[in-house]
Amino acid sequence: MADENKNGGSNTPSSNGKNGGKVGVLEKVTTTVKEDIQALKTDIPAKVKEQVEGLKDPTKTQVYTSIFRHKHDDTPRNRALGVLSNVFLHLHPAKINRDAVRYSYTWGMGGITFYLFIILTYTGVLLMFYYHPSKVQAFRDVLYLEHDVPFGKILRNMHRWAAHLMVIGVWLHMFRVFLTGSYKKPREFNWNIGVLLLVFTLLLSFTGYLLPDDQLGFWAVTVGTNMARATPLLGHEGPFGPQLGMTPYNDVRFGLLGGSIVDANALLRSYIWHCIGIPIVASVLMIVHFWRVRKDGGISGPAPVMLTEEADKPRRGPKAAGE
Amino acid sequence: MDWRQLWEICSAPDNVPIVGLIPLLAFYIYLAWKQAHANDVLIDQLEADPALAKTHHRKTWPFKPGWQKEVHVWPFLLRIEFLAAIIVTIILMVWSITLNAPLEEPANPNLTMNPAKAPWYFLGLQEMLVYFDPWIAGVVMPTMIIIGLMVIPYIDTNPLGSGYYTWKQRKFSIGTFLFGFVILWVAMIIIGTFIRGPGWQWFWPGQTWDHNRLIYEVNRDLPDIFGITSNLGKGIFGAIVVGGFYVLGGGAVYSLFRRKMPKDFQRMSLLQFSIMVSLWLTMAALPLKMALRLIWHIKYVWITPWFNI
Repeated sequence: MADENKNGGSNTPSSNGKNGGKVGVLEKVTTTVKEDIQALKTDIPAKVKEQVEGLKDPTKTQVYTSIFRHKHDDTPRNRALGVLSNVFLHLHPAKINRDAVRYSYTWGMGGITFYLFIILTYTGVLLMFYYHPSKVQAFRDVLYLEHDVPFGKILRNMHRWAAHLMVIGVWLHMFRVFLTGSYKKPREFNWNIGVLLLVFTLLLSFTGYLLPDDQLGFWAVTVGTNMARATPLLGHEGPFGPQLGMTPYNDVRFGLLGGSIVDANALLRSYIWHCIGIPIVASVLMIVHFWRVRKDGGISGPAPVMLTEEADKPRRGPKAAGE
Repeated sequence: MDWRQLWEICSAPDNVPIVGLIPLLAFYIYLAWKQAHANDVLIDQLEADPALAKTHHRKTWPFKPGWQKEVHVWPFLLRIEFLAAIIVTIILMVWSITLNAPLEEPANPNLTMNPAKAPWYFLGLQEMLVYFDPWIAGVVMPTMIIIGLMVIPYIDTNPLGSGYYTWKQRKFSIGTFLFGFVILWVAMIIIGTFIRGPGWQWFWPGQTWDHNRLIYEVNRDLPDIFGITSNLGKGIFGAIVVGGFYVLGGGAVYSLFRRKMPKDFQRMSLLQFSIMVSLWLTMAALPLKMALRLIWHIKYVWITPWFNI
């Protein structure tokens, strides 16, 4: 402010040199600003118009095109790209046999099982926010969840029922795969991955059973793990177990429970297997399972029926051609 | 008839999945059977008419010239998946709003639940505990089930019936799987859930679960019936009976294959055939042992100082 006053005071026509230069700068600034304002009056409406025009078609914005790599026009090319350029959808091929979409063939059970796994992961993570895997506290956490946490009850219910549905889904999926002979060449290995996934699904459900730490879970897990006492060679009540030095304190059941009875350590072990160990293993197996479905030639059918006399004839290769 | 008891069992929250599983399984068996039957009719028709077999598209669904063989996944598959996800979500939501997950008293090691039941999907194995010692029912059998399932693709050498429902072309394998899954797995679960009451005793549906009921069962061992008393004699006798079951059973399966399924037998290697026979006989031993126990009250067949079967 002081400087401005000084300049203003010495702003006379007689002044020259440095002071004259200062006058020039001021005029320059003023004219520039005036020009800018004048330009703004035309530029901004033009920009606004351009912006509004641009927003009329958001699919042309840079943000949109950076996310979606292709147009949304209803062309065969875009339909294919919609699947191929999406990380979640690219598990699917771009096109499939027209009969393969029939629900009566696949029953959709594999997909439903996977969807239930996603629901279980989602509700499970939310449940973990309210749960401590320690004796006394665990049961109280479930009560808290049921009575005080907003939507806690429906959260727990959804997790429980989705788990039961997932077990049923896995069974029915396996049943369908067997009935359609889909385990046959070249899908033998993927059937095996599927069997392992069945086992891990049951183990996931079983380890979760103990976590509310109520009578139901406690006795179910007691009954279940008591079987491990009788493991041949490795259990203290199993054939040849005592002969190999197995006691309740060093056998396979002790390893499962982290103790000789279902107690705090068993709760913690269940929790870690349930929330971390088995989900990771199962996820890896699921990745392999889905990948192999594609690599083994997509879903198995509905294939054209084969006749009995064609059973031992090679269908491809020089032999088939030579016949 | 104790309707209240029946309702209590059926409406116990953790039993609801099994109540749901029964109609679900019935529906899907029907759905599979319907398609298998249609395919079998088509196969018969094509086998009788080789000229038609060369031109036919070989599916029961219509296919007209000019139709595209393939459809786009987007939208024709994805819309179905989307719909399935919505339907499952709705079912799950409604189920979760109307029925609460079970929560009993806090865990108490001093107060045994009676009956103390495993989770419903393991009740088949728990039911097996009645007929077998824990090391068989709880350890060997689950292991055999897993191994048995895993070897299926490697011992089923029948190239027919890959990718379509059929009964005619795969009677043996489908019959075996249906028996293992529906009878031995699901039916045992149903028995374990609805029939087994306090003390793991047999209560018919509608019978009151009497916690004080006592059953005086006199179970005998098979060697006792034959008057064998010495331990050595019991061991040898049991080994002969169990070994005899596998040898005679193996012969019977061989005879069945040679007469009814010569092609399947021809395709199988010795290793494939013997693995199939031993697994199949082990599975067949289950209902046999159950019959021995339920009808003739026989507990063990083979008694040794280390294990009993």
